[in-house]
Amino acid sequence: MTALLSHWRRAKLQFFALVSGLALATALWSGVQAINAEARASYDAAAASVGEAQFDQLVPRAGDTVGQDVFLALRLSGWQVSPVLEGRIGTPAGAVRILGLEPLTAPGALAPVGMTDGSGLQDFLTPGVFFASAEVANRLAGAVEQRVVIDTDIAPGLAITDIGIAQRALDQPDRISRLIVARDQPMGLPPIDTIAPDLVRQTARDAGAGRLTDSFHLNLTAFGLLSFAVGIFIVHGAIGLAFEQRRSLVRTLRALGVPLRTLVGLMIAELVVLALVAGGIGIGLGYLVAALLLPNVAATLQGLYGASVPGALQLRAEWVLSGLAIALAGSGIAAFAALWKIARMPLLAAARPRAWSVATGQAAWRLAALSAVLLVTAGGIAIWGQGLILGFALLACLLIGAALFLPLLLHGAARTGSALSRSALWQWFWADTRQQVPGLSLALMALLLATAANVGVSTMVSSFRLTFVEFLDQRLAPELYVETEADRSAELEAFLQSRARETLPLLSIETDIAGVPSELYGVRVGPTYREDWRLLDGGAQAWDRVADGSAAVVSEQFARRAGLWLGDPVPIAPGQSPVIAGIVADYGNPLGQIVLSEPLFETLFPGEVPTRFGIRTSTPETLRQALIDEFGLPPGAITDQTRIKAFSLDVFERTFAVTGALNVLTLAVAAFAILMSLLTLAALRVPQLAPAWALGVTRTALGQLELLRAVALALVTVLLAIPLGLVLAWVLLSFVNVEAFGWKLPLFFFPAQYALLAGFALGAAALAALWPARRLARMPPSELLKVFANDR
Amino acid sequence: MVLDVRDLQKSFPGAEGDVPVLRGIDLSMREGETLALTGESGSGKSTLLHLIGGLDTPDAGRIRLAGQDITGMNDAARAALRRSVVSVIFQQFNLIPSLTVGANIAFQARLAGRLDPAHADRLANVLGLSAHLDKYPEALSGGQQQRVAIARTLAARPQLVLADEPTGNLDEATAANVLDQMLALVTETGAALLVVTHSETLASRMERRAHLSRGRLA
Repeated sequence: MTALLSHWRRAKLQFFALVSGLALATALWSGVQAINAEARASYDAAAASVGEAQFDQLVPRAGDTVGQDVFLALRLSGWQVSPVLEGRIGTPAGAVRILGLEPLTAPGALAPVGMTDGSGLQDFLTPGVFFASAEVANRLAGAVEQRVVIDTDIAPGLAITDIGIAQRALDQPDRISRLIVARDQPMGLPPIDTIAPDLVRQTARDAGAGRLTDSFHLNLTAFGLLSFAVGIFIVHGAIGLAFEQRRSLVRTLRALGVPLRTLVGLMIAELVVLALVAGGIGIGLGYLVAALLLPNVAATLQGLYGASVPGALQLRAEWVLSGLAIALAGSGIAAFAALWKIARMPLLAAARPRAWSVATGQAAWRLAALSAVLLVTAGGIAIWGQGLILGFALLACLLIGAALFLPLLLHGAARTGSALSRSALWQWFWADTRQQVPGLSLALMALLLATAANVGVSTMVSSFRLTFVEFLDQRLAPELYVETEADRSAELEAFLQSRARETLPLLSIETDIAGVPSELYGVRVGPTYREDWRLLDGGAQAWDRVADGSAAVVSEQFARRAGLWLGDPVPIAPGQSPVIAGIVADYGNPLGQIVLSEPLFETLFPGEVPTRFGIRTSTPETLRQALIDEFGLPPGAITDQTRIKAFSLDVFERTFAVTGALNVLTLAVAAFAILMSLLTLAALRVPQLAPAWALGVTRTALGQLELLRAVALALVTVLLAIPLGLVLAWVLLSFVNVEAFGWKLPLFFFPAQYALLAGFALGAAALAALWPARRLARMPPSELLKVFANDR
Repeated sequence: MVLDVRDLQKSFPGAEGDVPVLRGIDLSMREGETLALTGESGSGKSTLLHLIGGLDTPDAGRIRLAGQDITGMNDAARAALRRSVVSVIFQQFNLIPSLTVGANIAFQARLAGRLDPAHADRLANVLGLSAHLDKYPEALSGGQQQRVAIARTLAARPQLVLADEPTGNLDEATAANVLDQMLALVTETGAALLVVTHSETLASRMERRAHLSRGRLA
């Protein structure tokens, strides 16, 4: 063991590369896992309190609440349902979501805060208590009369109480938001439609947010895996080289009588210890990464899906253990081939430090063949595949396929360079570059993946941004938005009659249509809708047909989720199924959207009165002043278009903040991979470079050439990464987005952005190569002369 | 005079301070002359060879190569000297593994800007390497690799050839064969040859002998 470990004393840098690579891989993986675990714990807490995950629910077909007599009618008919009232109350420290439950009828798994055994029921009912996290309890202190009990299992921003208490606190007497349907129901029940026609049944986990957040976490996990793969590339390089360099030691020990099995066993034990140490360091680093990224992730989840995740991180056993497991598995994957070679090595096999790189070089063609298989598979999925999982499989095939093709491309580039060179020095440079390709392949693959991911994701985000800005211009056409009391609605319309070019009432309700949670809009069809709303699909007469009540315009995600397209009838209500005359984009909305004419909407929901209006005017400032001075609207009830646009764009930027941070991280890891590979190979390089030095090439020139080589290889890699990134962007925009969110986005190109990214990637490679090159340029001749020593 | 060494001194750092390896060497060689430098292990033979070859710098003394004082030269000037005036044949061959045999033979001559393809072809032919020009060094035997190293040196037409145990890694028959060829070619090109060796056989084939003991020439 001492003899084996002595290798690391001499090869400290290699040891550092191994431990840091493994630690980095574990850090990025466990960091992402920590974020996922934290977010999932929040969803679980939320789901446990509202029963979304486990139970079907009955929700109002229109409006936010229904009378609680519906609950009584359903119970009397035998239905095992339990009422829920949900709403917000304002406190000086911010609004709190209140959830009122009825503990006597709530299904067992719904009972909050350890009440499954019935304990505390008396307290819950009279005089009533609120259960909330410590942070929410602080906010509620003084805002409610009842006692607030701290419970760490309650979701962030939420307080749970008895429904009667909630009705009083929310000023909603005798109202309920929805009914939870118990899983076990008596036989022979009458249909719900006949007892409560105003309610719609939503199946468990039908809210959409669960599916959407899952796709976000899958995305994040994919990033984590990508980073982990990059880290494993570093470890694989370090272990492969270390084992190759220890061949002679293994041969000597075996010649001295140490059994091969013992040697392999000792090496495995050594690896396990190293993996656990590096894994431990990695988990610590991962915690830091997660703590740094979590606020961004929380902003993204809030912005995209309205899901609430706290910005603080807890140490959870699940991701600590998963971090250690992945460190062990990663070392195993990285070391398997090297251990296999050692185990099969003949006793008299000579130590050949170059054998590792030569053997890897010969594998370039085999890798290219495998790459072709993966790329063809990716093509097949792109043409015939469907579903989010296949979308990610397509991305994996593309990325791995391109990475495996890289060594052959680098060989080809070096061969071409050599053929085009006229001077001896440049011929040697390219020939030597070819020899370096195997040793640097893994690090360059890491650079390829990181750069392609950057190009792909930034293209996707920038395309999305362009589309989104245009979309905002279409949708936020009214110059002013105003809000008023329901009883002044008609008065406001009359006031605006002569003062505004067009007044657009914003009538909407949330409901379930064709099984899709949706928003139903009633619009006043006029120039704004006809001119500003661009249809993704639909004829010129679409708005005329909406206006006459025979048709609807729906959002793309509704069309995809419901499987309803142009010409299909949309079942809005019994006997009312307008056909789809147009499809519009509605980016960022997890709900479907169905746009009807105002008269049709009023027929369907006669009680709904518009309280919000969009106003078209060429003198917004004058009208604003008139609304305040003459109509008496408070200034806070009037919002101008530019403020809403700015707010929407801000939400957009926050939504993709985490993507930017992850992009920088992956590029940094790739640069680190190159640095570690170059430093690890530096020891091998001296015997290869010393003859050129002895024959008259200066150390400075050798250092410069080393730097140039790294940049040249990185350049070839980046040139492959850019088209790969664009394909990646296409897959994300046209495949993954459609599957995950239900909308397709156009692809735009951003050449200046790619040039900048290429500059960053080349800069990262040059920075990584600078240190080894400088070391070489300043290497004392005595070090180079050791190569020629006869006792070597 | 192709080589003129005066009062050359060199020491290396050791556990108990600097250890002097060369303690005032005086040595000179004429064009075309051959010299065997012998001495026990650790006597400083290779160090002297490296200093003359411009691979290392002395602590004191002077080395003139083809009339140029190399002791005050910077790295770039000494590199230029190694390309054109002096060339070293190493015991470990030290061929460039990424280049073919043909490219290895031509490499130094091309660096010096005086490759004569006909001369390089003839060297390869004489040394029995013509059939191996497209192979990489690792595919050759030790004797063949040493012949490539000799061809590489002579193709560059240096004025002084330094050889450090050139046959030390070869068996007796191969060593004799390689030595014959090397001497014939050096004579043909008119270069001076300084050979560091333990071999009595090899030393006896040189015109002059110098023995290095405890850092001084005897």
